[in-house]
Amino acid sequence: MSSSLTDLPVRGGNITAATLPDAERKGLTKKEIAADHPTWCPGCGDFSVLALYFKLIEKRKLWHEKVTTIAGIGCSSRFPYFVQAHGAHYIHGRALPFASGISLSRPDLHVFVFGGDGDAFSIGGNHFNHTARKNIKMTYVVMDNWVYGLTKKQTSPTSPIGFKSKTDITGAMDQPINPMKQAISAGATFVARTTHTNPNHVLQMMEAAMDHDGFSFVECLSECVEFYEGAFDASNPRKGGVFNSVPADHDVTDEIAAYKLAGEPFPGHFGIFYKNNRPTKNANEQKIIAAAREKVTGLKDWQILQKNFDRLK
Amino acid sequence: MTAPSAGGAPKVSKVSEAIIRIAGNSQDGIQAIGGFLARLAGRSEQEVMTFMTIPATISGGPSIFQVRIGSGEVLSSGDDADVLLAFYQHSYEDHITSVKKGGIVLYDSDHVEPKAEWQKEYHHIGVPISGLTVEAIGGTAKDKGKNIYALGLVAKMFDLNIPKLEKLIGERFTGKDTSILNNALAAFHAGYSHSLGNVIETFKFVESQKKTGHQVVMNGNEALGYGLIAAGVRFGAGYPITPWSDIMELLRRELPKYGGTFVQCEDEIASISMAIGGGYAGRVSVTGSSGPGISLKTEALGWAVMAEIPLIIVDIQRGGPSTGMPTNVEQSDLNIACFGGHGDSPRVVIAPANVEDCFYTAIEAVNIARKYSVPVIIVSDQAIATRIEAFEEPNMEKVCQDISPDLTPVADHKPYDLAVADGVTRHVAPGTRIMNGIYPIATGLEHDEFGHPSGSPKMHMQMTAKRRKKLQALAATYPTPAIYGPSEGNVLLVGWGSTQGPIKEAVDRARAAGDSVSSIHIKHINPLPNGLENIFAGFNHVLVVEMNDEGLYGYGQLAGLLRARYGDPKIRGINKCDGLTFKVKDIVEKAQATVSAGLRKM
Ligand SMILES: Cc1ncc(C[n+]2csc(CCOP(=O)(O)OP(=O)(O)O)c2C)c(N)n1
Ligand code: SF4
Ligand SMILES: [Mg+2]
Repeated sequence: MSSSLTDLPVRGGNITAATLPDAERKGLTKKEIAADHPTWCPGCGDFSVLALYFKLIEKRKLWHEKVTTIAGIGCSSRFPYFVQAHGAHYIHGRALPFASGISLSRPDLHVFVFGGDGDAFSIGGNHFNHTARKNIKMTYVVMDNWVYGLTKKQTSPTSPIGFKSKTDITGAMDQPINPMKQAISAGATFVARTTHTNPNHVLQMMEAAMDHDGFSFVECLSECVEFYEGAFDASNPRKGGVFNSVPADHDVTDEIAAYKLAGEPFPGHFGIFYKNNRPTKNANEQKIIAAAREKVTGLKDWQILQKNFDRLK
Repeated sequence: MTAPSAGGAPKVSKVSEAIIRIAGNSQDGIQAIGGFLARLAGRSEQEVMTFMTIPATISGGPSIFQVRIGSGEVLSSGDDADVLLAFYQHSYEDHITSVKKGGIVLYDSDHVEPKAEWQKEYHHIGVPISGLTVEAIGGTAKDKGKNIYALGLVAKMFDLNIPKLEKLIGERFTGKDTSILNNALAAFHAGYSHSLGNVIETFKFVESQKKTGHQVVMNGNEALGYGLIAAGVRFGAGYPITPWSDIMELLRRELPKYGGTFVQCEDEIASISMAIGGGYAGRVSVTGSSGPGISLKTEALGWAVMAEIPLIIVDIQRGGPSTGMPTNVEQSDLNIACFGGHGDSPRVVIAPANVEDCFYTAIEAVNIARKYSVPVIIVSDQAIATRIEAFEEPNMEKVCQDISPDLTPVADHKPYDLAVADGVTRHVAPGTRIMNGIYPIATGLEHDEFGHPSGSPKMHMQMTAKRRKKLQALAATYPTPAIYGPSEGNVLLVGWGSTQGPIKEAVDRARAAGDSVSSIHIKHINPLPNGLENIFAGFNHVLVVEMNDEGLYGYGQLAGLLRARYGDPKIRGINKCDGLTFKVKDIVEKAQATVSAGLRKM
């Protein structure tokens, strides 16, 4: 039979016979993980996120071929070109369903998605909600700069009221989306917030997100020095701001408490806001597959189809 | 079928085919009667084709099912019926004109008041179907089951094989409460025993030529869904819309048995994106839709063209634009299938001709998508989707294929290698180790050979040519369509999709009347096969028969494509967009009207 979505699909050759067993492979160096030199403006917050993604791959000894880096469209979404691994630069706003297709059909891969606030919450807003509620296993890092970077300074769905952009010359007037609240209410099972100016924290959040079995969402503030300079100064101690971790006594399984935390005025808190262990869609689908396959044990694929056709005579 | 002789003693006539139109409301189980008849014909090695209309409203509304059963080749569901089975006054009045003069009208006399003027032209047989059903079943069933009662009447009229029908009824009601099966059988036998013989003659089908092997009976959507499974597709995503939904429901139900899954998404954009994600991950995946849903998919489709990712898109066409005519047929999506989206984005478009062809087209589409790393759009339509046909059972062991991802490590890999002359490169899925450590990016930005962005004009020209050349290479592998009828003559009818049957019948009818008419059927629409110009050269007129509008310039969508390729003004259109399938006589009459000098050989 064809390999089921449960198996590691290998055909036409044995990976371990042709190459070194994983245990004998050395972890990748930064040089091996880095691809194109990023095209971002000097000083763009996205550089830190990329550097920490490399760290994550190094630290967790992920192999090139096991990582898929997926993005939509935007400055931040150029991400996959800078990573030496399988990756895809998809269309604006739709990276999540694309990544879901990978996640649901290939349990052997780590699926990471990167993108901007416009990509995530404007054009891709509905996909965000549905990927979260379906709890499809992947890690999604939104590099939130409160502005449209690539298209040069239009209002984004996270731009605060009053922000002057090319499309709101007198200041943004629409209530911004709160990514944390959005994620919690959509049913995301891992919701965290970090900022590019605190590298250790970014890495910590990415690791926790990667280890979460489900849809793990990290909002990472990432300054657009070109079009929204200083947006996050209030969260950066080096700029006179404060970096507040999520209070030690915060219960991450308490949805209401998480929602309250998300509602705090900027700079708010950083860390894991919410987490639960609801089964993933990946696992639920596997259950359906297992139950269905129990009824056809021992049959080849063509014999299963034959049984259907026998009933259509 | 020949019309019965009026009056005289009841007799049994041999017939080689019969067209039975059943008209009622959708909740009366009209489709069920048609389904039983179609299945019975399939099991009796007869040819069968059905046609049905489903109301767009949910809770009933007028519905018809037409079955054409023949001992010889059946190409279409037939123009005019031999027998009309009418449950209501509206069924009677709306459909009597679709009965051949002298044909039989079997009506439920509890609901239908026959009209005197029609009684002269058609043989009327009134049976109080509703009342007799209640009597037969008793209890509180009301007239539920009258469809099965009517099936009994039809079985009597055509001397159908009763044990086989009983078996079919048994299979249909298995697992349900036994009293339901018993009621169904009671209704069936009551209908069968109702005396018709002294009112009218009965018929018996002549023995059909025995076919080799068994026949299977299903509709086009089932054939397409099972064809995808046979092709090895194990992942897909969709959003419900009529008439595509049946396929997604089938795949959702069946795929887990094969270790696969089908996801219902939040919309069509997510669906195609998820399917492309599956294809990128190494499993050729399917998405599909109808009408407006197809429009929503076009941006992502362009990405799959650019990134060269295998993908199957099923388009079950319905009347458009916008919500259009959701439960009617139209062939007006050819342009969006071939050209929909921005930019130059060559993709493959194939249209199955009948139910059996749906099954094999699915397999062909998957193999093209894989080999050429390209999206393939299967353009079917509401008519094939819902009609039931019998066809020779495929050799499952032979046709089923395993297309699990091949993750064998490769030494190096250029996803968009320009050195390949025909432009055909293979997609290497994530999970594949690339030994030189240089990994590909799949992208919608114009790119270099590794998938990294490139704004070079030269690169854009070369990559555009690569994507085009692949399809030119594919076209060279396509067979030139076979000509039905002589290869030279006055008029060539050209069809695509579900019109194949009626077009062939139109050729038969025209030739029988002494006209010089042949036809071809184009299954591979984008790219087109080579060699059509040689076929066209043999005819004075090339008339493209399509269920779409004649357009601003007087020809439909395929005709437009053929004119663009051949620049030949003798290519003209025979079009209609009334939401119904072509009748054979429509085609013949329109051809006559189009070719003013007549269809005879000049
Ligand atoms: C369908 C579509 N609409 C519009 C665009 C143009 N576009 C590209 S990126 C972008 C917004 C990017 O903003 P964001 O997602 O916040 O990413 P950033 O550049 O700020 O990282 C827009 C509108 C597009 N590529 N595709
Ligand atoms: S425009 Fe802004 S977001 Fe884009 S690269 Fe420059 S600084 Fe970064
Ligand atoms: Mg942004």
